[in-house]
Amino acid sequence: MQPTSHRFKENVRGALADAALQRALRFFDFGQAGLAERRRQAVAKLPEFEALREQAKAIKDHTLANLDWYLERFEKNCTAAGGHVHWCRDAEEARQTVLDICRRVGARTVTKGKSMIGEEIAINDFLAANGIEPIETDLGEYIVQIRHEAPSHIIAPAIHLTKDQVAASFRDTHKQFDPARPLEEPRALLDEARGVLRQKFLEADVGITGANFLIAETGSSIIVTNEGNGDLTQLLPKAHIVLASLEKVVPTLEDAATILRVLARSATGQEMSVYTTFSTGPRRPGDLDGPGEYHVILLDNGRSQLLGTEFQEILRCIRCGACMNNCPVYASIGGHAYGWVYPGPMGAVLTPSLIGIENARHLPNASTFCGRCESVCPMKIPLPKLMRHYREQEYERRLAPATVRMGLAAWAFLARRPALYHSMARLAAGVLGRLGRRHGSFFNLPLATGWTATREMPAPQGKTFQAQWRARQRSKGRR
Amino acid sequence: MSNARTQILDGIRRSLKRGPLDQAAARALEMRLERPLRGPVPARTRGLDRDGLVRLFERLALEVNATVVRVRDLDAVPDAVADFLAAHNLPADIAMAPDPLLDRVPWHKRPLLNLRRGRSHGQDAVGLSAAFAGIAETGTLMLASGVDSPSTLNFLPETHVVVLPAARVVGPIEDAWDRLRAAQPGEQLAGPTMPRTVNFITGPSRTGDIEQKILMGAHGPRRLHIVIVEDESAGPQP
Repeated sequence: MQPTSHRFKENVRGALADAALQRALRFFDFGQAGLAERRRQAVAKLPEFEALREQAKAIKDHTLANLDWYLERFEKNCTAAGGHVHWCRDAEEARQTVLDICRRVGARTVTKGKSMIGEEIAINDFLAANGIEPIETDLGEYIVQIRHEAPSHIIAPAIHLTKDQVAASFRDTHKQFDPARPLEEPRALLDEARGVLRQKFLEADVGITGANFLIAETGSSIIVTNEGNGDLTQLLPKAHIVLASLEKVVPTLEDAATILRVLARSATGQEMSVYTTFSTGPRRPGDLDGPGEYHVILLDNGRSQLLGTEFQEILRCIRCGACMNNCPVYASIGGHAYGWVYPGPMGAVLTPSLIGIENARHLPNASTFCGRCESVCPMKIPLPKLMRHYREQEYERRLAPATVRMGLAAWAFLARRPALYHSMARLAAGVLGRLGRRHGSFFNLPLATGWTATREMPAPQGKTFQAQWRARQRSKGRR
Repeated sequence: MSNARTQILDGIRRSLKRGPLDQAAARALEMRLERPLRGPVPARTRGLDRDGLVRLFERLALEVNATVVRVRDLDAVPDAVADFLAAHNLPADIAMAPDPLLDRVPWHKRPLLNLRRGRSHGQDAVGLSAAFAGIAETGTLMLASGVDSPSTLNFLPETHVVVLPAARVVGPIEDAWDRLRAAQPGEQLAGPTMPRTVNFITGPSRTGDIEQKILMGAHGPRRLHIVIVEDESAGPQP
């Protein structure tokens, strides 16, 4: 997927003007029965949640500090179970490795479970260009695939769409059915997709899934799903390929249990997702089913370079989506505006980490630093702090346009001279306060049209906070 | 490819500003794998006896839209299965795991049950399996693949019926791992001693991908029916 993160501002303007998208995003009305609220209720039901978060963070910090050893141990145990581990430095190597396996087993079609690494290395386009048909099987992923779109959310790929849009796409794609069939209800859409995809599962030659975790102790990969599509994807074909990045490894089954306890609760508010599957190697002698081959792609793609830097903490991310479910910016613009694979607050840190801050400098700025993302992150990743580090890099490497840097320089000049700063603030608050007195807010402000085009700017009340504070203290003193 | 391996491992060590771990450090990690530490285990299962665990399991399984029936012993299983299928108007064609526990069930008591032993290829209306464990903490079934336990039965049929002896119900996830370790020679779960597939199943298949509306029966079973066998002799883990 070609990143458009550098065009973030244009993307946002498009998203805000997109009526269908804004209708779909109503599910992010905080306080409604959306994902954020479901998470809050699940957390409230588990008194140990905070302790589990601490432990989950400690597990990942420990693993990252010993990543080389745990990866080698994973490889040893996976190989002992008959699996193959493929170390891939970048997307190109990973794509080629997958293609080689598919070609060797004579694959014509490949079913896919949901995989963000699959998006990161753009495996679908690559397979298609090489004559192999990839079929997404997660319902949301299937919907965005037939619409030639990218997922807009890491756990709810089609959350930007309404059911009417899905129905229209099914009519366009599933030409084998009666065009007049009723598709108004989500149930009808699901049943149709289930029927179409069931056939694909049974026909596929290779199944590709992601991995929520790898376990060093056992050499297993884990997938967590609700639909069961990931299991049918890996169970039925001749070969199962797991796409995993380096930081997915955890030491033991017990460590996985700890992190699983925070994963589903943070993601969808479930205590456990419906299917948590631990896979270790290919079909064993005497087994009646299971894939004949089992491959794990271990993808680096820049992650080893993040270790030991201030950005190492983003490698704790378990892709639950809680940060975007609770983000007021994501709720306003959806996921596509972020312009690459990973949206929301975790994307605002991971995207510049993987494709470079020079290609994604707007993303760390797309935050009010309200701090909700950090407060809900099950792995306690300090997302605002990491975004701030990227803002610093943006300034230091002179990536921001001259006007922005001059503005910041002017502000810094004032901020370092308190007397001057106060008198300027007094002047601005006074003038704006008088101008805005009638409505209490501005609908149009020169130099701030980016703000006032989509919302009002509240007018100051005529005096600065500090002046009001002093006045209050004085009146208290008199009493 | 081995070149990529070396480069990635070297890159990790360079970033961590160290070489390969020395012997003492590696030994400490080795120990961490040999004696896995438990994290904070939810208190909800603590202090519960067998009956308390089974009741918690049952309550949580019902909350995630499974159905549950309790029977006294294996003799009562054919009625439980046949009655469930009849009540839901389902055909009595069952693909059954060739599991020793299920083989002890006197199926001849309900001659209209049409049982076939083996995996599923997608034509079966009903799959029947035996669980390795029930995890009371979340109402989760644990199934382990093997020569007598094909995983296709868990996913392809529209209805999945699982027989779970009460003696196999444990509290937290960690207790299930301990039972699985105890069932292996050497009590380790590394590579080939870990079953090829371990399925944790918490309710029937579902999706929320269309306008966040939760619907059952996405790709896996629409119905999950759990038959809990109270008789101790139905046995702990194989």
